[in-house]
Amino acid sequence: MSGHLQLILDTLGGTLRDVLPIAVVIFGFQLFVLRQRIPHLKQVLTGFVYVLIGLSLFLIGLQEALFPLGSLMAQQLTDPAFIFGPGGTAATPQWHDYLWVYAFGAAVGFAAAIAEPALMAVSLKAHAVSGGAIGVLGLRVAVALGAAFGIVLGTFRLVTGTPLHYYIIAAYVIVIIQTLFAPRAIVPLAYDSGGVTTSTVTVPLVTALGLGLATQVPGRDPLLDGFGLIATTCLFPIISVMGYAQISEWRARRARYTPPPGGTGLR
Amino acid sequence: MQPFLRPLWDSIRDLLPIILVIGFFQLVVLQQPIPEFGRILVGVLFVVLGLALFVRGLQMGLFPIGENMAHAFARKGSVLWLLAFAFALGFGTTIAEPALIAVGNEAARVAAVGGMIADTDESRQGYASGLRLTVALSVGCAIVIGVLRILKGWPIQYLIIGGYLGVVIMTMFAPPEIIGIAYDSGGVTTSTITVPLVTALGVGLASSIKGRNPMTDGFGLIAFASLTPMIFVMGYGMII
Repeated sequence: MSGHLQLILDTLGGTLRDVLPIAVVIFGFQLFVLRQRIPHLKQVLTGFVYVLIGLSLFLIGLQEALFPLGSLMAQQLTDPAFIFGPGGTAATPQWHDYLWVYAFGAAVGFAAAIAEPALMAVSLKAHAVSGGAIGVLGLRVAVALGAAFGIVLGTFRLVTGTPLHYYIIAAYVIVIIQTLFAPRAIVPLAYDSGGVTTSTVTVPLVTALGLGLATQVPGRDPLLDGFGLIATTCLFPIISVMGYAQISEWRARRARYTPPPGGTGLR
Repeated sequence: MQPFLRPLWDSIRDLLPIILVIGFFQLVVLQQPIPEFGRILVGVLFVVLGLALFVRGLQMGLFPIGENMAHAFARKGSVLWLLAFAFALGFGTTIAEPALIAVGNEAARVAAVGGMIADTDESRQGYASGLRLTVALSVGCAIVIGVLRILKGWPIQYLIIGGYLGVVIMTMFAPPEIIGIAYDSGGVTTSTITVPLVTALGVGLASSIKGRNPMTDGFGLIAFASLTPMIFVMGYGMII
């Protein structure tokens, strides 16, 4: 029991340390620069306390339940005994020996992005600002699909050992081309969604997967090759969000110009 | 009770995919029992409760204060103070970020093995805190650039494409050991508390300045915050 109490206190302390500099900056500027009272001070403070307790509970729960199991599974799935059967090893593994790893990466990437609180915050804001045009769930699913694809590509790179920057530069080229054609209003939000995806839930799970792979795949050095998964995970949501906007715009335009026979054109 | 039941239900729905994924891979693919089922159930309960509370607190505290301050700065009309606030917010939220501390220590180990620094505790410590400072500085600068963009109404894509070019050019000259860490450091810097605050600040600014659209001008601050650390960290790797 004392172990649990220790964990709770540690997590609360860690979250407090995370919040404290922000609180100092906000209240410092409010008092000394803006020199005004904070409107609805009591409500704002209650909100901060909720955030503090909520985030702590969230982290404690993740550490108790999902992370140990998630990292254990990442280890087991990358274990040669699982991939090549009991006792089997391969000197030169092929990229297609790791299909279950890609599937796990994609599934975990998708599910972790959906559960990511930071992404939720941005989707709520985007929904409000766009007057409801951007759906909270739609945006999150688009981001999650991008994250899933990014992890698959990142694990594929780790297995094949190809240089990371080729993938990153290729993704940059796609982003730039898409920027030219995507609806203008979505572009800043799409750029944001990359950094937002990789946060509290995704980073530890993805790191565990990368470390497991880099340790188990012959010829990979965990120190050098264990990195880079987060980079691909936070690039592809940019592409998928712009793609989502392009597809919905294209569908809206098609519905406007050629109403389906017998239908009203309204959905 | 009503305001709590709805977010509670929402957070159960949000967490369902990850529970299903982990359950499926453990039971069907790996064909192993779930260890310590009771403990995991309690953990999941904590996660659900925590997420619901967080979202509620977000709407009561973080969003309103971020937007209020944006409006107040816009009324005050002092660009210098606004930029100082933007820098302090970016720097202050990043320097204490636990994910960044972890990445910094990991990077120091890589640098020591790669022979870039001496393999002693002291030099590793120095390297790690130098890296943290570098990333925090870069996020501070990123928020300043982002806020300037909102004030001036610059289109975001030129700045981002310029940033991409910066990343590509730095990649050609940076030591290969640092590249993976540098690319990852972009993603880990923006924490769960920073994101809502910075988003509220951007949207608040864009909606209180005449001629700016909160949708096209308000977002984009996080994008800068996840781009500049890559460039700064590769620069750090070249200097050390």
